[in-house]
Amino acid sequence: MKRPSKRPSPAKVPRSLSGYVYDPKARGLALQAIVALLLVWFVAGIVDNTIRNLEAQGIASGFDFLDNTAGFDISQSLIAYTNTMTYARAFLVGLLNTLLVAVVGIVLATVVGFIVGVARLSGNWLIATLATVYIETLRNIPPLLMLFAVYFGVLKTLPSPRNSVELPFSSYLNTRGLYFPAPIWGEGTWLFVLGLIGGLAGALLVYWKARRQRLLTGRANSALLPAIALVIGIPLVAFFLAGTPLSFDYPEAGRFNLKGGVVVQPEFIALLAGLSLYTAAFIAEIVRSGILAVPKGQREAAAALGLHDGQIMRLVVIPQALRVIIPPLTNQYLNLTKNSSLAVAIGYPDLVSVFAGTVLNQTNQAVEVILITMSVYLVLSLLTSAFMNWFNARVAIVER
Amino acid sequence: MKYWFAGCLALLAGAGQLADQASAQTSTLDTVKSRGQLQCGVNTGLAGFSAPDDSGTWKGLDVDLCRAVSAAIFKDANKIKFVPLTAKERFTALQSGEIDVLSRNTTWTMSRDTSAGLSFAGINYFDGQGFMVKKSLDVVSAKELSGASICVQTGTTTELNLADYFRSNKIEYDPVVFEKLPEVLAAYNAGRCDAFTTDVSQLYSIRLTLGNAADHIVLPEIISKEPLGPVVRQGDAQWANIVRWTLYAMINAEELAVTQANVDQMKDSKNPEIRRLLGVEGEFGQAIGLDNDWAYQIIKLVGNYGESFDRNVGAGSPLGIARGQNALWKDGGLQYAPPIR
Repeated sequence: MKRPSKRPSPAKVPRSLSGYVYDPKARGLALQAIVALLLVWFVAGIVDNTIRNLEAQGIASGFDFLDNTAGFDISQSLIAYTNTMTYARAFLVGLLNTLLVAVVGIVLATVVGFIVGVARLSGNWLIATLATVYIETLRNIPPLLMLFAVYFGVLKTLPSPRNSVELPFSSYLNTRGLYFPAPIWGEGTWLFVLGLIGGLAGALLVYWKARRQRLLTGRANSALLPAIALVIGIPLVAFFLAGTPLSFDYPEAGRFNLKGGVVVQPEFIALLAGLSLYTAAFIAEIVRSGILAVPKGQREAAAALGLHDGQIMRLVVIPQALRVIIPPLTNQYLNLTKNSSLAVAIGYPDLVSVFAGTVLNQTNQAVEVILITMSVYLVLSLLTSAFMNWFNARVAIVER
Repeated sequence: MKYWFAGCLALLAGAGQLADQASAQTSTLDTVKSRGQLQCGVNTGLAGFSAPDDSGTWKGLDVDLCRAVSAAIFKDANKIKFVPLTAKERFTALQSGEIDVLSRNTTWTMSRDTSAGLSFAGINYFDGQGFMVKKSLDVVSAKELSGASICVQTGTTTELNLADYFRSNKIEYDPVVFEKLPEVLAAYNAGRCDAFTTDVSQLYSIRLTLGNAADHIVLPEIISKEPLGPVVRQGDAQWANIVRWTLYAMINAEELAVTQANVDQMKDSKNPEIRRLLGVEGEFGQAIGLDNDWAYQIIKLVGNYGESFDRNVGAGSPLGIARGQNALWKDGGLQYAPPIR
């Protein structure tokens, strides 16, 4: 059935100007274009104004400074760095330090958060109360205060390097950090690495076979023990076949500090502990809300099918809780990463401390340095979000 | 909703474009005069140089320079808003116009004077970088600091001198960098570092605040030149002249033995140099946009350089720093002001 058209189609008949003014679509488009133009004009004005004012005040601008010699030292670096390298290299050192604390912090916060979250739901009164106290205390402390408390609180109680606390495996703890022996891999290490890869591959194979058998026959064979045996056994055999190619560089007492070995600095420990314990309190609440969001009937149905408690949690509750947990969890991960910039207060050489601190001050190019720093945090946040969205899509329950 | 948004944006954009035309070309002196107040950037707290006393009044050598500028402009040494700044914040505060003059134990270096949009207006303290260590470590020379942890404040020339010194002496060390002085000191006190490094004048000042000062010693090595002085924005020659000649007037007054106490009698002096300094002869004040009695006001209200040095950091103060390099040139020091004529 054809609808009789009363009006001529606007595309075919030429219209007067007033025709466009009264057409809501055309009017909307025009307004949007005006807003876009104003926005461009506004931004261009800011950029132009900044450049002209920098010139008028005789302040150097541009990104050439990145190739200049930095000239200062950084206490912790994941890549080789000396003070004769460039500002760009110092930027990279700071960025990696930020990433290190963010990644390790996220893992730690997640683990602690899940444990505390589940503990708060525990039937055991003591465990549930302890978890509640933990959450309510830490959630209500400003993160900066938390860092100061952890850093100066811990630092004051630790002994001086001359009276280090001795830990097992030739490790030492003092005000300068945690020292442990550095492994030195000798000749024949490749055999050990090969053994490790072989062991992992073997374990995967065993797991797949057990899974296929379970799906085919319904009989559950635990693949755990053989898998562990493979992962540990094969590399161990390879290690001894290669003639134990491993020695250690032990920390020894120097005049001021211990020399040699690997040092984990107190700034890193304090920042990591402060950030992850703080964020864990929030994650715990998210986990609790996720678990409580799964209807009780699901649990009862699983129990009726004969699953035991561990299985109910692992196979029924957690997968359903995850879709409630993951979106707010992403938020906490972003918070942790951004809060890591508080490192500047306790002397950990993160991106803000090294780049937006020392480099900014030596070069005096505030606009460029802050712009780069903000872009880095933006990119980190977007990457984290993208990953979590992907993960969320994977675990989301498919609606039918 | 949409219309509101567009309207606001248009206003903002228009305002932004207009502001950048209006902001150009007003002299700092006119701005300060019309505001009725000098905005002076100082240290957040460094005894002897700039620190508030028990009653909240700012005192110190750097503070006195600001008071002198205020005296020259307003004939009142207290028309000042002191803005305490960390090492990291100070240049941005000056560049952005938040303060008119930065008098905050700032080292004069080439890059700061040229590419940072700043101009140094003179040197009010000749300093050098040194180290402070706990006496119990039995260290007597900086060359023994191999393998030591050293606390530093960021945003200073200190960080670079430290790296240079240890690199050229091929000594390894472990820097621990903080943004604010209180945190550096807390870390030094907690034993995180073996040594603390900064300008020697600051070391003496800080040592007084560390409980038992005798437990800490300042090592003899001076590893750098640190000429400290007031800083202004580049591009306003008149303002730079005012700050520069305020300092020179104080130094010249000491050389001519004009003091806070005798400045009124000195007005009748027959010495032409003193007569020019105090504005009895010549039109030197007008040349920098002020009244001719500008230097008289400075000396009357603040005192000459020697008096300021003595009561803030010298023999008359708890710091008790000797004049040394900061003595007048005729006494074997480096303080030398061009003549007023």
